[in-house]
Amino acid sequence: MKVVVDLNACDLHGLCVEAAPEVFEIGDDGVLHVLIESPEQGLRAKVDKAVRECPTGAISIEE
Amino acid sequence: MLRRIAIVGASLAGLRAAETLRARGFDGELTLIGEEPHRPYDRPPLSKQLLQGALEPEDTFFRRKDGYDALSLDMRLGVRASSVDLHLRRVALADGTFADYDRLIIATGARPRTLPGIAPRAGLLVLRSLDDAIALRRELLNASRIAIVGAGFIGLEVAASCRARGLHVTMIEALPLPLFPILPPALCEMVAAMHRDHGVDLRTGVTVTGAIGESRVAGLALSDGSRIDADVVVVGIGVVPNTEWLVPSGLTLDNGIVCDGSGQAAPGVYAAGDVARVTNQWYGSSPRIEHWTNAVEQGVHAAENALAGPEASTSFSSVPYFWSDQYDRKIQFVGLARGHDEMVVVDGSLADRRLTALFRRGDRLVACLAVNQPRALINYRKLLAAGASWEAALSGRHT
Repeated sequence: MKVVVDLNACDLHGLCVEAAPEVFEIGDDGVLHVLIESPEQGLRAKVDKAVRECPTGAISIEE
Repeated sequence: MLRRIAIVGASLAGLRAAETLRARGFDGELTLIGEEPHRPYDRPPLSKQLLQGALEPEDTFFRRKDGYDALSLDMRLGVRASSVDLHLRRVALADGTFADYDRLIIATGARPRTLPGIAPRAGLLVLRSLDDAIALRRELLNASRIAIVGAGFIGLEVAASCRARGLHVTMIEALPLPLFPILPPALCEMVAAMHRDHGVDLRTGVTVTGAIGESRVAGLALSDGSRIDADVVVVGIGVVPNTEWLVPSGLTLDNGIVCDGSGQAAPGVYAAGDVARVTNQWYGSSPRIEHWTNAVEQGVHAAENALAGPEASTSFSSVPYFWSDQYDRKIQFVGLARGHDEMVVVDGSLADRRLTALFRRGDRLVACLAVNQPRALINYRKLLAAGASWEAALSGRHT
């Protein structure tokens, strides 16, 4: 799986950081960073949670 | 063996429930019933981007039409559920059809309150649904003066959107401040000042006593004896849960569907979202919560527990979160401020309208509000979820 973030849509709600801190981080630059672009399957449930909880639908997964 | 699951309510909670059921491997019949003719859409943009013209109605749909193929739903839109028989395990629809179920998830949401004693007429609108938003946007095209009744989040966001369109806005609030008592007075005053600085004629401590205009609204009469002219009136004075259809069912209804911590309202029957009162372990009571994130979490939770069954169900535990975008400010709130003992601004200031405020009850951190400081909110959300002490929250304020 590959995590794709639409930074234009990202509104910095930060729910993804809570759902999957291994994968998402808001940096000192005030921008969302994807720490692991292709997370292992063990993180799947957390990334799925981040996707469905994102209020702007900014996160998607490419298989 | 579960063969049939019915979901009543095709908005965010219902959709997330359906998605979760399929993601967890449920391959039986899945019926999604929605009163509105539209496939599920996102509400937060309605009062903002859609009203301002930055988004079109089709941009608000969660999934494209072909995005439902993979969910394999029996989607029944444009028809309302009229009753449920808990013994027969059957939902009756207004068009005379039925949906039988082994598990039922109810997510029928809420509808706007209307002004008591004021008859419907052209130009008098509410904002809840996509159709409401389309109608309001159409009305705004030919309007110059807007009156907004109720300075809650919907009213304030509509006010900001109308100002962005250059319209004259008068806002009427019965309480002394906007957003009171959801937020402490100091924050309410900040919000009031922000709207006045953006040109909103904000009138607090007054109520609407009548509408002017016969077939079409022309203005409002207020309790202080004044009258205001308006081409369009938007009423945003809260919502009522859609539970009337459940009255004969025997479910416990009290300002929403009363559920236990698993989201269950009766054996095999779950509720989620704005209509539900699910016991939330994080603060040990079962309020009805009208927030976007709550609809997601409860929709997912209800679906998981519907599949797991009562023995393997999990308890709902969540720190409530909401946000509001007004002008160039994003207000974010996480936690529960009700009954707090103290609020401390730990970063920024009310004067700058850019700040982080923490709320204490007893010796605990119970809530955090951030205005244009999204990173701070993320850090305090973690502390809130972990049940952090006030001392720990304050000591972490510069990290």
